[in-house]
Amino acid sequence: MTAIEIRDLTKRYRDVVAVDSLSLSIEEGELFSLLGVNGAGKTTTIKMLSCLAKPTAGDALLMGKSISTEADQVKALLGVSPQETAVAPGLTVKENLELICGVYGFPKEKRNVKVKEMTELLHLESVLSRKAGKLSGGWQRRLSIAMALISEPKILFLDEPTLGLDVIARSDLWDLIRSLKGRVTMILTTHYMEEAEALSDRIAIMKDGKLLLCGTAKEIKTAAGTEDFEQAFIRIVKEGVK
Amino acid sequence: MRMLTFATRNAKEILRDPLNLAFGLGFPLVLLLLLTAIQANIPVSLFEIQQLAPGITVFGLSFMTLFSATLIAKDRGGSLLQRLYTTPLTPVDFILGYTLPILPFAVAQSAICYAAALLLGLELTVNILFAVVFMIPVSLLYIALGLLFGSVLTDKQAGGICGGLLTNLSAWLSGIWFDLELVGGIFREIAYALPFVHAVELERAVLAGNYGGIFPHLWWVLGYAFAALAAAVLLFLRQMKK
Repeated sequence: MTAIEIRDLTKRYRDVVAVDSLSLSIEEGELFSLLGVNGAGKTTTIKMLSCLAKPTAGDALLMGKSISTEADQVKALLGVSPQETAVAPGLTVKENLELICGVYGFPKEKRNVKVKEMTELLHLESVLSRKAGKLSGGWQRRLSIAMALISEPKILFLDEPTLGLDVIARSDLWDLIRSLKGRVTMILTTHYMEEAEALSDRIAIMKDGKLLLCGTAKEIKTAAGTEDFEQAFIRIVKEGVK
Repeated sequence: MRMLTFATRNAKEILRDPLNLAFGLGFPLVLLLLLTAIQANIPVSLFEIQQLAPGITVFGLSFMTLFSATLIAKDRGGSLLQRLYTTPLTPVDFILGYTLPILPFAVAQSAICYAAALLLGLELTVNILFAVVFMIPVSLLYIALGLLFGSVLTDKQAGGICGGLLTNLSAWLSGIWFDLELVGGIFREIAYALPFVHAVELERAVLAGNYGGIFPHLWWVLGYAFAALAAAVLLFLRQMKK
């Protein structure tokens, strides 16, 4: 079943076209990566899909619901882990998790179950009663992802989730993302080529708001005529290989 | 339920900042004690406790503006609001969630100031209770200003504008420290065109049991409160769409 159907999605900011007639289809349970250099339109695409920005033209259906006309219903399906760590600094880790349960209207029993589940999944036991603002970047990122997952999203947006993490924290997060594959549809943006290659079912490469190429890592390497994914990316973006 | 969860989070963030408690509660009490001590040595009618207590109580609310503006500006500066915008929270939830938790603080602060004034010689009458009740529209004015500034300024700017400029405006143009009639001219006209002196005179009238004297000051306070709230809502919604 199709989880996300993007149709000619366009976003213009005055004279700048941030996303230009993007059309894509993403299957349920798929981990789909958006790659591109800075200003390629990845974050704007995610902002539109997560109802943070209205498209100038076009539309996208998330589990059949339109981001333009059914934003409230779309929001109930989503989890978003923004590029910067998005936690309430004065609240404890547990209170941050409860905050998200509360804004999704979970009853107390369900809230307790979900907090326990996320605590175990993200190994947050040792920091549960610590204030989020006092945690290291790696722990904050982990909490941020737990907050995105706790609402049981059908679709999860991960905007550069491993940015600034050390090797171990990144490896842990990769394991977590892999464990979610098949259960949650994930859209990942990243600047790390090895991350996209290792985790993604399919990858879309964007430049100047336009989709250059979409396929598996293997298909992209074949199209670019190289065995190295990073080289393939560079060739596609620089030379416009299609 | 959703709004209350968000409002609870905001209340915790404010209460857990020791600077908020020190400035919000401590500073007005110190001023009250200091000026009462001056009054004991050099009697000035303006610093008699029944004149001083309403003034200091109103002045203390300028810190509520600072708290709410800083909280909103910090939330905007980080990614937490972005995350919350993708949840089922509505614009009304956000505005009430930022406004409501500060109202009990404002009323409690006023009650504590009047309680301290009682210890310093203010006569115990039922008018004190009414004076606290009439602080609600005054509190709304200061909270709305916080929402307004928080929607357009960064947290550093909010600290400067609300912590520096607004507290000074609220102090100098309110007739707390000196009689505006003594200055007269354009200074007096500007002061009476702004809501601060009206808030103080409203409170002085209520505390004196002169209920006829609350007009036109109440209309000035309510007019500014609703205008500030309307502008705050518009600006908050505008930044939300951005």
